[in-house]
Amino acid sequence: MKRTHWLLGLLILAAALSACAGTPTPAPPQPPAPPATSAPAPTAAAKAATTPTSIRSAVGSGCHLILSTTTSTFDSGLLGFILPDFEKKFNCKVDVVAVGTGQAMQIGQRGDADVVLVHDRAREDKFVADGYAKERFDVMYNDFIIVGPKDDPAQVKGMATAADAFQAIANAKATFMSRGDGSGTHAAEMRIWATIGITPTKSLEWYNSLGQGMGETLLSSNEKGAYTVTDRGTWLATASKLPNLVVLVGGNHISENKERALYNLYGLMAVNPDKFKGINAEMANNFVKWMVSPETQKMIGDFKDKATGQPLFYPNAK
Amino acid sequence: MEPESIYRIENLRKEYNARVVVDIERLNIRAGEILAIVGPSGAGKSTLLRLLNFLEVPTTGQIVYRDYVFDSQAPLDIRRQVTTVFQRPVLLRASVQENVAYGLRLRGERMDERVGDMLARVGLASLARVSATKLSGGEMQRVALARALVIAPTVLLLDEPTANLDPYNVGLIEEIVREQNRTRGTTVVLVTHNVFQAKRLAHRVGLMLAGCLIEVNTASAFFDSPADPRTAAFVRGEMVY
Amino acid sequence: MDEITHGFFQAIHLILSADPALFEIVWLSLRVSGIALLLSTTLGVPMGAALGLARVWARGLITAFLYTGMGLPPVVVGLFVYLMLSRSGPFGALGWLFTPSAMIVAQVIIAFPLVAGLTMAAVQGVDAALRMQVRSLGATRWQELWAVLREARIGVVAAIVAGFGGIISEVGAVMLVGGNIEGKTRVLTTAIVLNTRTGEFALAIALGVILLALAFVANIAMLRLQGRS
Repeated sequence: MKRTHWLLGLLILAAALSACAGTPTPAPPQPPAPPATSAPAPTAAAKAATTPTSIRSAVGSGCHLILSTTTSTFDSGLLGFILPDFEKKFNCKVDVVAVGTGQAMQIGQRGDADVVLVHDRAREDKFVADGYAKERFDVMYNDFIIVGPKDDPAQVKGMATAADAFQAIANAKATFMSRGDGSGTHAAEMRIWATIGITPTKSLEWYNSLGQGMGETLLSSNEKGAYTVTDRGTWLATASKLPNLVVLVGGNHISENKERALYNLYGLMAVNPDKFKGINAEMANNFVKWMVSPETQKMIGDFKDKATGQPLFYPNAK
Repeated sequence: MEPESIYRIENLRKEYNARVVVDIERLNIRAGEILAIVGPSGAGKSTLLRLLNFLEVPTTGQIVYRDYVFDSQAPLDIRRQVTTVFQRPVLLRASVQENVAYGLRLRGERMDERVGDMLARVGLASLARVSATKLSGGEMQRVALARALVIAPTVLLLDEPTANLDPYNVGLIEEIVREQNRTRGTTVVLVTHNVFQAKRLAHRVGLMLAGCLIEVNTASAFFDSPADPRTAAFVRGEMVY
Repeated sequence: MDEITHGFFQAIHLILSADPALFEIVWLSLRVSGIALLLSTTLGVPMGAALGLARVWARGLITAFLYTGMGLPPVVVGLFVYLMLSRSGPFGALGWLFTPSAMIVAQVIIAFPLVAGLTMAAVQGVDAALRMQVRSLGATRWQELWAVLREARIGVVAAIVAGFGGIISEVGAVMLVGGNIEGKTRVLTTAIVLNTRTGEFALAIALGVILLALAFVANIAMLRLQGRS
């Protein structure tokens, strides 16, 4: 009981102090995103989103929408590219909390976000079934690829299916790095292991469950000459810093990727306002409608990787 | 005519965990006198001084200071009339003059010429801005004495103030104490195990043994014609303790 | 190695060019950690002093809690604060999650045991005779406490410095409860994580250099405070 009072006092004090120190500085609104037909503009946006020079100040209205999403949508620069359009149209600032898929869904399940944008179909369906959201919407997809060391000790290069490649890696006991963090990428990897009846455990000395993000996992794979599964977007954004790794399954472009098991679908869900108090339901619905609108869908398709000019996400809203 | 008493002590007992440390039936301390309390280590002399400074509370009995009957919490204006110079000078991590001015600051007063005058009196004027932690033992004790005197106390309590000092510093400090008593009428209670110091300074001397006051007498009577054989033994340096 | 030199020069460039985005991040870092430190100090120094001086009930137990709190992983603090401030948690109605307020709460919980625990140790290290001496010179209870704190100031300032170092460089808790939201809750440490994750190593190093420089300047300032007599 005493402890609660103490904590409450602390909270009140912190609020009082931070409130007077924390008036958001109104800044000129971000210029609207250019009609994304030319390649150079989106690549500039993609670059900017990953550096602090792109910090946008809060729109003055006080309206906030909390979007909990996976690191890939934010770190790739996609959200930095498309969100200014939404913020301008609806005069509402989108607060992006970019974390792993597991954490992003937890944040949604506790009612701490208004919208959730993730990529783990099985858990998304459960999220809806459990009533945390009323509906799930397809918004976009991209694909995973299998990358590995140039010398390719397991000889997986050119294999048609992910299952064959995984089997070859397991047979060769070649070093494999797993995200191991409950992310969408991790879930996709686990589904592939499941199809060939292998349950990776720590007793397999060639299998490493890192519990880290995609960037860290790719870096570790590069250092150790290991195989790993990555989303193509992160790969394209960081390949220049990974000299020891090459793409082995999935090709250099999504059109070369014939393996359905490596498709990566993103689902968008507005958190059910009946479950929690304080959900910005109206704006969340606006956001969903805006994401699946033809204009935004076109913007998603127009967003391209700076180095290769490839799109990072493919719109697929129905 | 009986001189005015500044302290009247009756049936004073102080116990720590049921061990009696001080047990004094009766003692009057006269305003303006220098009273020396002599006795071996562990006799309860220091505890008596802490009681007189209102730093400790009697277990039973009473101390009356002027008209104030000491209970557990002495009021600030009473407490601020009495101060102690301890055997080991505890100085603040600050300059010599800041240390001397400390008592004034506690009373919300400014550091003024009193500090400089006092430093001159104890022969440390040239060290006013030196860090107190860099002084010798004798200089430190003189700073402690200056710090006690600058607040013009009514009663000055001295707890073995020269125990670890060289003869030069002992002489200096004794002269300052004597002068303070003579010119400003400050009452002084000096605790010492050094009978010669008691002889040099005190008007009256008391012998304390195992918490009890054996004899309190004028200095001449105490040393020349003691009433108690234990006093005679102590003065002759024959007491085994 | 290349990234480190590159990062160092980029740091200098960012500072010299007065990059507004950088300043926003630095300002938020300082604001959040500064307020958290202020709160931790106003709570922690008196409590540490009280524990060091007074005979407080259950002092041993409280001390054990404090010392344990000093070793608490920030992520655990972050998770605790997250669950408290979540809309599903007891203080969800405050709406503090993913705001600087939540980050301040987490940082106070991290810094408070450091400041209180180290203050207690510093105060206990002060000569016990000092209290008797200043009381004898006529000090009130508060003046006595103040004198002990002044004597212990080297240790007390060290406690505050330790608290500051613990939170300005902390990433786990602020990431969880702040959410690393661009322009709102992104501080130096979370920006470093983001840039590392996205492969912008030089920029991450640059931000690290700036963080280091900030901590250095703050420590110099506090050391001056410590040395004053």
